[in-house]
Amino acid sequence: MMEQAGRQIELLEMSAPANFPYNYSCGKIGSFFFKKLRDEKKIYGRKCPRCKKVYIPPRPVCGPCFAPTDEWVEVGPGGVLECFTVVFFGFLDPMTGKKRPVPYGYGLIRLDHADSRIQHFLSENDPKKLRVGMRMEAVFNQEREGKLSDIKWFQPVE
Amino acid sequence: MKQNDAILISSQVLQVSYNYSAGPVVSKFLVSLRDQKKILGIKCDKCGIVYVPPRATCGKCFSEMKQWVELSGRGRIETFTSVHYPEPVQPRGGPFILAVIKLDGSDTGLTHLVGEAEEKDLTIGTKLEAVFQENRTGHILDIKYFRPCRD
Amino acid sequence: MAGRAAIIATGQTFHKSRRRDVNIVELIHEAVSACLQDAEMSPADLDAVLIGNMEHFEGVYNADLWAAAETGAYLKHAMKITTGGTTGASVAHAGYYHVASGMFNCVLCIGWEKQSDGDTTAGLIFQSDPLFERSNMAGAIGTFALAASEYMNKFGITEEQAARVAVKNRGNALNNPHAHLRRAVTVQDVLSSPMLASPIKLMDMCPTSDGACAIIVASEEVAKKKSPNRPAWFKALSTRHDQPFNSDLPLLINMRTLRDAAKDAYAQAGIVNPIKELDVAEFYEPCTFAELSWYEALGLCELGGGGKLMDSGATQMTGELPVNPSGGVISTNCIGATAMIRVAEAAIQLMGKGGARQVPGAKTALATGFGGSFWTEITILERD
Ligand SMILES: [Zn+2]
Ligand SMILES: [Zn+2]
Repeated sequence: MMEQAGRQIELLEMSAPANFPYNYSCGKIGSFFFKKLRDEKKIYGRKCPRCKKVYIPPRPVCGPCFAPTDEWVEVGPGGVLECFTVVFFGFLDPMTGKKRPVPYGYGLIRLDHADSRIQHFLSENDPKKLRVGMRMEAVFNQEREGKLSDIKWFQPVE
Repeated sequence: MKQNDAILISSQVLQVSYNYSAGPVVSKFLVSLRDQKKILGIKCDKCGIVYVPPRATCGKCFSEMKQWVELSGRGRIETFTSVHYPEPVQPRGGPFILAVIKLDGSDTGLTHLVGEAEEKDLTIGTKLEAVFQENRTGHILDIKYFRPCRD
Repeated sequence: MAGRAAIIATGQTFHKSRRRDVNIVELIHEAVSACLQDAEMSPADLDAVLIGNMEHFEGVYNADLWAAAETGAYLKHAMKITTGGTTGASVAHAGYYHVASGMFNCVLCIGWEKQSDGDTTAGLIFQSDPLFERSNMAGAIGTFALAASEYMNKFGITEEQAARVAVKNRGNALNNPHAHLRRAVTVQDVLSSPMLASPIKLMDMCPTSDGACAIIVASEEVAKKKSPNRPAWFKALSTRHDQPFNSDLPLLINMRTLRDAAKDAYAQAGIVNPIKELDVAEFYEPCTFAELSWYEALGLCELGGGGKLMDSGATQMTGELPVNPSGGVISTNCIGATAMIRVAEAAIQLMGKGGARQVPGAKTALATGFGGSFWTEITILERD
C-alpha cells in the first residue's frame, strides 16, 4: 500500500510464469562430439590448423586465427582441475523451473591433450577436499542421451 | 536429444516466473475492474487525450497525468480478427475473436477479446459492451470479453 | 573526423532491492525526469533516445517502444541496445557515436533494470551456451567464484584483501544518496557473511537492485551554449570482446579484454602512467576480487599486485587514485543501468557535483563496464 493524496493505493503485482520452448541444433560439430560421448564414452576436441590449439568445447572456428578447425583429437578423460567452487546459494534453474539442488561443486578442467578447458560438475561438494592442480577424471552415466550431462561429473583421481 | 541421421537437436523448455509491479496508476485501474467492475481512463490535462489502459505520462506532451475518467464500458470495434491457429501462449483455446475497441470517452484503442458473437456478426463499428468475470483478481482478464450491445 | 561530444547532464533513481512502488516505465521515467531537470531541458531539446536493459531478466525485449512515452522518445529516433552487463556503457558509447558522427546534437541515453520483476540468476543461465554451460553454471556468483578460486591460487590473494574492497566501497556509499546499500561494514563482517559459492561470501558480491540511470550526450555547440553544467568531454572509448565460453578465458579475473581495452584507451588519451594521470575511477566490480584483479588489468599495479595496492590505501578516497567514490557495484547494482552509472558518476566528478563523494579538482576520470563472458567497455572523460 502506498500513500497518495491522502488515500491508500493498493499496489498490485502481476505474476507471469513463462515457458520458452527451444530446439537448438547441435550442428555437425556438436553432433559428432555428443555422439562420441553417447556411443563410445570418448571426449573429442577440435584442432585449429594454424595455431594447433585443440579446443573443447569443440567449435567450427578458431577465434584468434579466424580459421576453420579441421581435425578431431581425442582428449581426456583425465585432466587437471584449474579452478573450482562449491555453490551454496539456492537459485531457480530455468532448465527445470525448480530450485537447483545445492550444494554442488563445479569447476574448469583442463583435459589431457586439450588447450582450453571444460566447465563441469565435480563429484565433491566439500571445498576442503578440492584443490587447484588436482588430477580429475570424467565419470560417465550408464544411460547416455547425447548431451554434456552424459558425463556425470569429474572426480578426483588418487 | 532427438536424433536424425547426422544432426542432434537439444530440446529445452526454459521456465522462469516474472512478477511485474503494476505501479500506482495501473493498480488503480485494475483494482477498479476487480472491485467495481468499472473501466477507468486517464486524461491529459494539457492535450485532452484520454488513455485506456492508463499510464502515468502522456507520450505526446510528456505531462504527468492525474485526472481519472470513468467510462461506461461500451465502445465500438476499430478492427478485429478471428484467431484460428493455436499457440500455447494464447489467452484461451481457439478459435477466438480479438479486437481493438475504442471505448466511448476514450481516445485510444484497447485490445481485448470478443465473446457471445461469431465473426460474421461483427463489423468495424459494431457496438460492444464489457462482460466481467465472476471471480476477479485485479487483472485485465477481469473483463471476460466484450460482446455486442443488447439494446 | 569525429566531432567533440560531452555528457552535460545525469539522472539516477533511488535504488532498492524491490521498487514495488513503480512499474518499469515509471522507474525509467524517474531517471529521465531527473536528467532533463539537471540539463534544464525538455524532450523537445532531444533528437534521439537510446535505451538498454538485460532483456531476459524481465522478459522485456522492446523497451525502446514500451517506454516511448516515459523517455520522451515519442515520434523520435530511438534505438535499443543490449550487450549484457556492459549495456549501460554501450548505450553511452552509442550516444557518443551518434553525436560525434555529426548526425545528432543532443541524445538521451538510458540504462535500467528492475530485477525484482524477474529472476537474475535464471536470466544469466539463459544467456550462457545452451549445449555446454547452461546445465552447470550458476549465474554471476558461480562464475566469479571460479574466477576468484583461480586468482587466489595463482597470486596468493587473500580473502581479507578482497574484504577490504567491500569495506572501502560500502564506506564510500555512505556519501552517495543514490547508493542502494548504505551501511558501513568491517573486514570481519565480510568474512563471516554467508558463503554463496566458495570463496565468494554474501558481502563480497554486489546486491540486486531496481533502478535506472540517464545521461545526455551533446555536441560541442550544445554543450557550450546550453549546458548548465560543466561538460564532461569524451576523451577515449574502447570496447573488447573475447571467446564465448567461460572456460576459454586464460585468466578469468585479470580480464584479457580489460587489459587490451585499457591499453587502447590510454593510447587514445595519451596516458602513460594511469595511477598518476587519472584523478578518479569508477569500476564495474561485481565482486570484491574483481576490483583487485582489475587494478592489475588497468595497469595501476603489476600482475598479481592488486591485493598489495588495496593494502597501500592508494585507491581510498584520500589515496592517489580514488576508485569507486560512489560505492561502486558492491553497493548498487541495477544491471542494465550499472555500467551507465559508472560513466555518469565519472561525469558527476568532472562537473564538480559529487557532494560528499566529490574528489577535489578531478579533471580526468575513467569508467569501466563488464559483461557476459568477460568483455569490456572503457570510457575516459575529461573536463576543460
Ligand atoms: Zn588458431
Ligand atoms: Zn498530453
